[in-house]
Amino acid sequence: MSTTDAESTSTRPDPARTEVESVTIRFCGDSGDGMQLTGEQMTYTSALGGKDLATFPDYPAEIRAPAGSLPGVSAFQLQFSSFDIRTPGDAPSVLVAMNPAALKTNIEDLEEGGWLIVDEDAFTKTNLQKASYEKSPLEDGSLAAYRVVKLPITELTKNAVEGTGLSTKQSVRCKNFLTLGILYFLYDKDPEPTLQWLTKKFASKPELIEANTRALKAGYNYGRTIELFTSHYTMKRAKLEPGTYRRLSGNEAAAIGFVAASVLSGKPLFYGSYPITPASDILHFLARYKNYGVKTFQAEDEIAAVTASIGAAFSGALGLTGSSGPGVALKQEAIGLAVMTELPLVIANVQRAGPSTGMPTKTEQADLFQSIVGRNGECPVAVVAPATPGECFHYAIEAFRLAVEHMIPVFWLSDGYLANGSEPYRIPAIEDLPKINVHTRTDPEGFKPYARGENGQGPDSLTRPWAIPGTPGLEHRIGGIEKSDIDGNVCYDPMNHQHMTDLRQAKVDRIAENIPDAEVFGEEKGKVLVVGWGSTYGAITSAVEQLQNEGKSISAVHLRYLNPFPKNLGTLLSNFETVLVPELNNGQLLFFLRAKFLVPARGVNKVQGKPFRVGELRAVFEEALGA
Amino acid sequence: MHDTVRTTEGTNGDAAKLTRKDFVSDQEVRWCPGCGDYSILATMQRLMPQLGHKKEDVVFVSGIGCSSRFPYYMNTYGFHSIHGRAPSVATGVKLANPNLSVWVITGDGDGLSIGGNHLLHVMRRKLDVNIILFNNRIYGLTKGQYSPTSEFGKKTKSSPFGALDYPLNPIKIAISAEATWIGRSIDVDAKHLSEMITAMDQHRGVALLEVYQNCNIFNDHAFEDFVNRKVRADRTVHLEDGKPIVFGADNDKGIRLNADGLPEVVDIGKDGPTDDLLVHNAANPNAGVAFTLSEMGFPEFPVPIGVFRSIERPTYDRLVTDQIAEATERQGAGQLEKLLHAADTWTVE
Repeated sequence: MSTTDAESTSTRPDPARTEVESVTIRFCGDSGDGMQLTGEQMTYTSALGGKDLATFPDYPAEIRAPAGSLPGVSAFQLQFSSFDIRTPGDAPSVLVAMNPAALKTNIEDLEEGGWLIVDEDAFTKTNLQKASYEKSPLEDGSLAAYRVVKLPITELTKNAVEGTGLSTKQSVRCKNFLTLGILYFLYDKDPEPTLQWLTKKFASKPELIEANTRALKAGYNYGRTIELFTSHYTMKRAKLEPGTYRRLSGNEAAAIGFVAASVLSGKPLFYGSYPITPASDILHFLARYKNYGVKTFQAEDEIAAVTASIGAAFSGALGLTGSSGPGVALKQEAIGLAVMTELPLVIANVQRAGPSTGMPTKTEQADLFQSIVGRNGECPVAVVAPATPGECFHYAIEAFRLAVEHMIPVFWLSDGYLANGSEPYRIPAIEDLPKINVHTRTDPEGFKPYARGENGQGPDSLTRPWAIPGTPGLEHRIGGIEKSDIDGNVCYDPMNHQHMTDLRQAKVDRIAENIPDAEVFGEEKGKVLVVGWGSTYGAITSAVEQLQNEGKSISAVHLRYLNPFPKNLGTLLSNFETVLVPELNNGQLLFFLRAKFLVPARGVNKVQGKPFRVGELRAVFEEALGA
Repeated sequence: MHDTVRTTEGTNGDAAKLTRKDFVSDQEVRWCPGCGDYSILATMQRLMPQLGHKKEDVVFVSGIGCSSRFPYYMNTYGFHSIHGRAPSVATGVKLANPNLSVWVITGDGDGLSIGGNHLLHVMRRKLDVNIILFNNRIYGLTKGQYSPTSEFGKKTKSSPFGALDYPLNPIKIAISAEATWIGRSIDVDAKHLSEMITAMDQHRGVALLEVYQNCNIFNDHAFEDFVNRKVRADRTVHLEDGKPIVFGADNDKGIRLNADGLPEVVDIGKDGPTDDLLVHNAANPNAGVAFTLSEMGFPEFPVPIGVFRSIERPTYDRLVTDQIAEATERQGAGQLEKLLHAADTWTVE
């Protein structure tokens, strides 16, 4: 606590401090209550305090659902910890509910005995009705399992900001900062970074700086002076690897990663996209990076977005298109065109829940089938999937490395949970980033558009040359009609079609020579192997680690390469008695593992629009271990 | 200069020495004998050396349909893409390298039906590309269904009792989307077609040329009523910029607008003074007159041929390039190191 004002207004000694290892807090309120901002500030402050952390924003699809209504509830959960953590936590130990609707939709998740902090001023008759409460839950004994802290947050806020010239409505909107102040006190956070952030954010509106500063400090002091909290919490610093850190969300990591791929390959990035939740942020970030030569094209539809990116790839750019499942469905014919024309293309899919429109703001991993087999004809592509928000950076580079080195479309699969979640990210040194070997053809001598081995022998000996318009002597025609190998002319010959089909598959298979083996978390042989992919990494690894610490024979493999699989995967699978495959779908990776390796793997599946909890996975793993 | 803008020097880079043969690919042309596409291809191949582009800087992009085979027959860069999407593929090609001369070849089905959205948007963005829309008012490659430009009531395989769809007029679409150059020509009039292709190539902006093209298999004589040599002069009218709109074998008829702003045919010399003939102004900032002309059709009126509109606007590719240049000027060339650190950072020791 470095603000002297706050110190000086307090005369009481600090209550006893309890040291804790990790805390999971969920802020929930009306979507207009500023819960995302509150969560983000708590995250930022925790990160600066040297805590490891993971976050999970959960917001409604409606931009402004009616105030106080159940669909309008927005929540932000974060876990911060003094040890390495991988998930935003299972059940929150602290729930901050700003109104009855928020209470109703979130109370079930609060752990028994956990803290419930509510704004009692918001529990009016109207708000209770909107949340379908007949009686106030604050008075009917239904919350007996929790430690309930009723605070007049609205009233306190009004008092705190009185005299700053704000209207009543504006004053009330500062209540998230008052709440944040209370939490800062409770968890021993320094309010200074947030105060500085306020100064920057509202530079042109001094009255808002003043009001929010007062609210934050008032909350902090209120936490200190009231005797409701018998103790407050302090935490050791987490043991993170040395280095320079920043907070990074999956979508921002992706955007920076794609720019990095452009820098590393020396090819300009072209991003064709159509706005869609939860992928739009990638477009927003990339649109800002013009001075990196990035061209963003907000297309008229998903098909225009992907086909423009294919056109740009033909013209020698790194062609990137991004969307979520429904948009990718529209792009599939064009992705087939990129397969046929053997052009480098990356398709970023930030997956969301459900078929059709589904649940746009909720997470799921159900587009793996779509990526691998979702097109007409035999149409193989490569698929990579980052496991953490930070890995979204690395696998953005990796997707383009494979696309360019193998002249092939590559799917990059993220999801809503990675996209909006964030973690402390150790910034890599530029020289540690992978190389991207680009071979563009310039020599007209003996040029054939579908000749092979242009990029040398070895892993990429099946690729055709990248021959870019503007290069003299390489004029040629490509297209979606079947082509004869080598000369690339339209060809309906039956044996050529067989040959080209096999060749396109071989190109994808060959990628296995150009990617690392799968790593095992734990022993390489044993009783249970858990195989996962994508954003379930944190929950799976945490559950496996807990059981390993108890001496159980359980290991985990988390796949970043889903097509083709790493070369050692088959052997690893055969080294264990039981293979479990947790996925936020009905068994898509499971399907491929069973088909390819003939292993009796079992699925652990959840399709609720929510990530796995460590606890629920642990229970399934224990059962498989026979414990 | 931006890094994607390449300058090309090379063995065949000397555009002046190129001939028709240089633009003919080694692929056998596979349209039906007698198809109108042949004459358009021949005109393009003959004209290309005169347009002055280096061969390697020319890209033909097409969708799907008979006309979309066109790129295979041009010995330039070519991309035969998927149904309806040529305008968006071309958008990527052109944005990635604005130095290229990009041509979109499409048809009435490809451009106005499945790809209508892309055609609309490439025109409103004013990307500097040349779009040639082969309008034969029929689906040829799928063997004879009615198209979005087929006349109401047309009997085809998929409309044995007559089509119930009203046709689209590509020129009206182009005017509404504010294409900066809009023209119309006829497959059998090689001279006029050459003039139009030359003009659209010289235009900086999005150019749409509708070519009436005869499908002798599924819609033969679709335009015969006014393109037949015997009647063409009386049943078509050439729009010539800055000149009164006159037509007829003896130039004895003209077009004027009546008091209601509607066009009417004037017999020059018979209908009194002719100083009120409509003088064509392709650069007219108001699109109204061009729209009125686009509504003229046989048999009430002669069918207008020529440039309906030619206006100046900044092109989309230019604006994209400029915005990048300005951002780079203002912020300096991007450095990855900086981007990675562009957030609040902290150090763990």
